[in-house]
Amino acid sequence: MNIFLPSFSRVCRSRLALQESESENKLDGETASDSESKSEFGGSLPVPTSDDTPEVLNRALSNLSSRWKNWWVRGILTLAMITFFFIIIYLGPMVLMMIVMCVQIKCFHEIITIGYNVYHSYDLPWFRTLSWYFLLCVNYFFYGETVTDYFFTLVQREEPLRILSKYHRFISFALYLTGFCMFVLSLVKKHYRLQFYMFGWTHVTLLIVVTQSHLIIHNLFEGMIWFIVPISCVICNDIMAYMFGFFFGRTPLIKLSPKKTWEGFIGGFFATVLFGLLLSYVMSGYRCFTCPVEFNNDTNSFTVDCEPSELFQLQEYNIPLVLQSVVGWKTLRMYPFQIHSIALSTFASLIGPFGGFFASGFKRAFKIKDFANTIPGHGGIMDRFDCQYLMATFVNVYIASFIRGPNPSKLIQQFLTLRPDQQLHIFNTLKAHLVDKGMLGSLEDA
Amino acid sequence: MCACWRHCWCCWTRRAPSRPGGSLVVGRALSGCLLEMLHGAATAAASGLQHGSRVTEPDLIERLDDLDLRNDSDVPDVPPSIDSTPEILRRALSGLSARWKNWWIRGILTLAMISVFFLIIYMGSFMLMLLVLSIQVKCFHEIITIGYRVYHSYDLPWFRSLSWYFLLCVNYFFYGETVADYFGTFVQRREQLQFLIRYHRFISFALYLAGFCMFVLSLVKKHYRLQFYMFAWTHVTLLITVTQSHLVIQNLFEGMIWESVNCKLRQKEEHGRFLVPISSVICNDIAAYIFGFFFGRTPLIKLSPKKTWEGFIGGGISTVVFGFIFSYFLAQHQYFVCPVEYKSETNRFVTECEPLELFQMKKYSVPLLLRSVLGWETVNMYPFQMHSIALSTFASLIGPFGGFFASGFKRAFKIKDFADTIPGHGGIMDRFDCQYLMATFVHVYITSFIRGPNPSKLLKQLLVLQPEQQLNVYNTLKSHLVEKGILQPSLRG
Repeated sequence: MNIFLPSFSRVCRSRLALQESESENKLDGETASDSESKSEFGGSLPVPTSDDTPEVLNRALSNLSSRWKNWWVRGILTLAMITFFFIIIYLGPMVLMMIVMCVQIKCFHEIITIGYNVYHSYDLPWFRTLSWYFLLCVNYFFYGETVTDYFFTLVQREEPLRILSKYHRFISFALYLTGFCMFVLSLVKKHYRLQFYMFGWTHVTLLIVVTQSHLIIHNLFEGMIWFIVPISCVICNDIMAYMFGFFFGRTPLIKLSPKKTWEGFIGGFFATVLFGLLLSYVMSGYRCFTCPVEFNNDTNSFTVDCEPSELFQLQEYNIPLVLQSVVGWKTLRMYPFQIHSIALSTFASLIGPFGGFFASGFKRAFKIKDFANTIPGHGGIMDRFDCQYLMATFVNVYIASFIRGPNPSKLIQQFLTLRPDQQLHIFNTLKAHLVDKGMLGSLEDA
Repeated sequence: MCACWRHCWCCWTRRAPSRPGGSLVVGRALSGCLLEMLHGAATAAASGLQHGSRVTEPDLIERLDDLDLRNDSDVPDVPPSIDSTPEILRRALSGLSARWKNWWIRGILTLAMISVFFLIIYMGSFMLMLLVLSIQVKCFHEIITIGYRVYHSYDLPWFRSLSWYFLLCVNYFFYGETVADYFGTFVQRREQLQFLIRYHRFISFALYLAGFCMFVLSLVKKHYRLQFYMFAWTHVTLLITVTQSHLVIQNLFEGMIWESVNCKLRQKEEHGRFLVPISSVICNDIAAYIFGFFFGRTPLIKLSPKKTWEGFIGGGISTVVFGFIFSYFLAQHQYFVCPVEYKSETNRFVTECEPLELFQMKKYSVPLLLRSVLGWETVNMYPFQMHSIALSTFASLIGPFGGFFASGFKRAFKIKDFADTIPGHGGIMDRFDCQYLMATFVHVYITSFIRGPNPSKLLKQLLVLQPEQQLNVYNTLKSHLVEKGILQPSLRG
């Protein structure tokens, strides 16, 4: 990871310089027109003069032509990111959560910076503070809910945590309201519209970035496989579509992204489905991936150990007659999870790209080439994660609808906050239900 | 300023004549303008012939540039609205001077709105839901219309459909959650509705996604920025209007209790909790206006020059007192306090019950400080009145910030009122701007301090679990109840 650090600081410095020159350019020549009859990006985009690739790579690839050099830089960075991904997975859920949070903050920062550039908002210092404050509030709210759900016993033990969790919604709302009142008090006479725009911009960004990242964390708690397989499918789709497009690409897909082709799209789709099947086959065998992440009260750490649910147990499936002649087998042993992975990969390849088109449209609308220059050769963090957002929501909704029911510990926690007569009523109803089902019967209480 | 300022993008930039060397700049700007106009005219002619659309290039450039101005002063004003008072009122008040006429119109309309409000409450919960829904739709429409006007988006027909489609999706999602409880028995009997309820989240998400994909596919080459702005505008409006209106409805309905024993559907409405917040906000509005009218001297905030500190404080105190008295009155009557029992067999509403402890008189000992003033040692109050003090305090202190937000919004976009729906008052949003924060506050307050989670929903979720999980939960619950002494350990079966 150390190779990133020097380039980061250099990038930050060069980006600041770039921003200053950008704002000057915009003051002079901002047409705000979407017409692309002039240069590719309306002529108001500053030329990216600084080359962010680290020195090492630069020297190593100095003799190649610039096209291949670009390809190599992208390739090396891709491998670096994938390796990084694997290392993080190895390190466990806690580190993963922290990484998700860092990515979220960075994405938020990137989008807000673009908004600032567009609205020349440097003269309204309150606004940076307010945007970050709102980010903090919303994160506090979501993390509080997650912590309350999953760390229930820990929370009940510690006194200050208990009070915080009991009045959690109220506290979060009070914090948000403070920010809202500060916003109203900070309205400056000539800049009302700018300030309202930035307010709207901040809220939409929060809606997109923060809620999705928390959905990712919820998916993670279901089991690391629900986190890894969707993200890998999206990455695979990106890479496969690029490869297929590179070698076979002919028909353009959508006017918005002229580099995408139908061949890449369809080839990527099939490759992703296949990849999803293989990856889920490999991963379903390991308990550390398939078990829900739980917090062990005794050891105060995360454990992933359980009896695998029936989703992750091999089953025999009968192959339809049509395929039997082709493949030559009568039955096939698969995990039921692989069927779900087909659904996930299909979504990743068909609808995921729409997230990418949305981001492309956004970049064209605001005349930027990349969201930022964080990753050399690739652009900003948002550039890498634009397709992931829809995926995270889809996986969460999919799990909630088709896989799991409600969370038992959460129900117990809600139960304990009821009044005694309500508790008794529910208890008796549950007992009657269990007796009906024959689970209790005439068993003694034990 | 150059003569062609309305049509020329260059004059919107900061090369105003006030700068040094201004005349030279203006001269250059003028010639630039002329060139631009000629160029624009030529392209307009060409594109107009091709597409037959109203948007010509210089128009588009001018309009788009409105969007990113450095300050607000260059934006042209929206033309003043037409007078929409009905004929009858106008004839009746034709004799009075203009100022008193305005006052009378406002007064009459206020009374009319309050009577409509009470009428709807009398008619019951279903009508209330419909009322809240129609107000929400109208508010959404008003804000979207403003957005359209600001962004001149009339030429993007897809966008109106998409905004309304998103409104429909979000409403479907929220109503599905609440209505599922409301129509419990009705739904249990029909198979198709069961399917809709079970996969509700997935269906809502799929609908939303369809809208999202339509948006992406509808991006037109020259209008990207406009379209993104409208997309964001729609979403923020949805966030504000739709979520709050659903919180209002949730405040109203305590929830359903499914009594499996006698198969009765008990629908609990607590009119008290719905009425007190809304009337506190209305009272604060009126009281602050009256206090400001008679005693107003020191201005409160630069944003709304008509508001004064006297009005603010006077309104605050009178709202708290009003809330106190009103909640006392409400707690006395069973109609407001008891769950409305809807018997599915007889289709009749019956309101009689054992009131919750919230609505039972309790003795409170007066603190020593006030004892000397009032001369009482204890006072009989409903606990609900204590809560109403909190609600009224919020309504008078923080509620006005919602009003300031709306004032700032109107100034930012140079509109006098949101719309002309109500004569003398403006649009529906003008009346409801303070209510939005209130609705969220009441919901958060209720869930934090008054009631816990919904028992029937909890039960439903318990019954959906896997049998082994149910057994685990059962054992955990039993040990807990035994520990607390609620359940006697000697009871079997």
